[in-house]
Amino acid sequence: MKYLYLGSNSETGRETVTALAELLAAEFRTPLRHWQLPPVDFAFDPQRGQYASIPILEMLTRLCPPDAEKLVAFTERDLFIPVLTFVFGHAQLGGRVALVSAARLRQEFYGLEPNREVFLERVSKETLHEAGHTFGLVHCAERACVMALATRVQQIDQKRAAFCPACLRRLPQGGLI
Amino acid sequence: MKTHWRILVVDDEEVMCESLAAWLREDGYAVDTASSGRQAVELARQTDYALYFVDLKMPGGMDGIETMMQVRHLHADASIIIITAYATVDTAITAMKEGAQEYIVKPCNPEEISLLVSRIIKVKNLQRENTILRKKLTRQYRFQDVISKSPRMRSILDLAAEVASLRSTVLILGDSGTGKELIARAIHFSGDRANRPFIAVSCAALAETLLESELFGYEKGAFTGADQQKRGKFELADSGTIFLDEIGDISPKLQVDLLRVLQDRSFYRLGGTEEVRVDARVIAATHVDLQQAVADGKFRDDLFYRLNVIEIRIPPLRERREDIPLLAQHFVERLAHELGKEIGGISEEGLKALLDYNWPGNVRELENAIERAMVTCRAAQLTEHDFCFLGQNGSAPKGWTVPSGMSMQEMERLLIIATIQGTGGNIKEAAHRLGIDRSTLYEKIKRYEIPR
Repeated sequence: MKYLYLGSNSETGRETVTALAELLAAEFRTPLRHWQLPPVDFAFDPQRGQYASIPILEMLTRLCPPDAEKLVAFTERDLFIPVLTFVFGHAQLGGRVALVSAARLRQEFYGLEPNREVFLERVSKETLHEAGHTFGLVHCAERACVMALATRVQQIDQKRAAFCPACLRRLPQGGLI
Repeated sequence: MKTHWRILVVDDEEVMCESLAAWLREDGYAVDTASSGRQAVELARQTDYALYFVDLKMPGGMDGIETMMQVRHLHADASIIIITAYATVDTAITAMKEGAQEYIVKPCNPEEISLLVSRIIKVKNLQRENTILRKKLTRQYRFQDVISKSPRMRSILDLAAEVASLRSTVLILGDSGTGKELIARAIHFSGDRANRPFIAVSCAALAETLLESELFGYEKGAFTGADQQKRGKFELADSGTIFLDEIGDISPKLQVDLLRVLQDRSFYRLGGTEEVRVDARVIAATHVDLQQAVADGKFRDDLFYRLNVIEIRIPPLRERREDIPLLAQHFVERLAHELGKEIGGISEEGLKALLDYNWPGNVRELENAIERAMVTCRAAQLTEHDFCFLGQNGSAPKGWTVPSGMSMQEMERLLIIATIQGTGGNIKEAAHRLGIDRSTLYEKIKRYEIPR
């Protein structure tokens, strides 16, 4: 039997983990297991003050449980890839692992008052988005679709936390198992 | 419409190269990578990339500017973005002067790079649409517009290219829908008459007298209604090319008239006494076996030999199945633009369905089938389900021969019965497939006493 794994560590609040677990299980209609995300300090780049997402994805690939259909890990750290100033998340297109960063999804990052609801909404969308990439979905032209490209947090807010009908059709039918 | 465009990322740092490529792939583009300028030029020789991301500083004697210059030498329209970690005004000016479309400093903001790519691709899409529309408008096709990798077709195209600039008459033979007119146009527009008129006449579409006046024109008062002089197609094609399609269907009288034009390069307008001299190259085409028609006494042998100076025989699509995937992808790409659909290609099973079909209507039927499938398709790819109508339209299946010794009425009766059975008794659909009105079909059902 294959499972969908949600990776996180003690930095992530219980409420966030529970919300994400419910969302992923419902959206992909598959049993979900929790996975302890190891420390990611090795990926820290002191010059940029951020964490390189590629070595973290490589670590996830190495440690991915054998019974995992997909592993979506969640971190509080701010991520980057060498050519870009930051990424909200990173996934192997059509692969097994994905990574989502909470850093730029919080209102505090932009000097605003914390807002739990807004944060959870953004986290849900980004998690679905990166998980969608692992199923081979590319960015969708439909702006309201969760697979639409977002390079600013406002674009995440404009999306819905759901796949559009065209993207939904490209996902495995009836869940993963 | 992203899947049609390929992007090449060139950077000696693998992590930089792969991370940008992966990011662009998530955006739906097909992306290749090269770790040096030399490798990039080699790849550019094989593939015409829509967009190149080239790192400015690369070791091995070929930096980003040199790479860009060599790529632009191969593809003058290539869009190149120079990326660098060390921005100076001088390098930016040099890059732009040498033809870089943009110059970006890494790491760059995701929004900046995303907008840049979508702006360039938008322009590429418009340029492509413009080319398609212009071709459609002028129908100025050249040999590179004939899509084929079949060795038989390649040798036909080589022959056609060789004779393009000659004045010799060309006879193009082939089944309906094989692209006879496309080859004729390619011959004309590749030769030294390219800037002169190309006049196409369908000989089967007009009655004998009408065709005569169409071809040769008429003088004022030549017949009732001829209230002014009119120049015919031969005159209009003077110094250019006249394409006589379905030449096998012309009457014996017109065969004589045509022979005279081919021999003397002159003719008389209907009702005229003044000889009109023309210098029009003749390209004729037919689906009829002209040699057989000559043997049967239906086509003049002297005209046949006059026409058959250079013979080009286009094979039916079923004899060059290797072209089906190529043609199908071409039609998908072109029709995606025309129909405004985000369909990038055909699934493996869909392609198998196309390869298994016999294509009695040849390339034209394939084009129509792709269009019909794309109109109803809701996914990003055409699948075998989108082609389930193939073989259900009364087209002749493999090995089917027309039974002889049967009256027209009996034939029609059997066709109607088979079609109604094929639609499960749906009269509206049966009438549609037969190409007649529903009321006409009801009338025939009644007349032939067809049980329902």
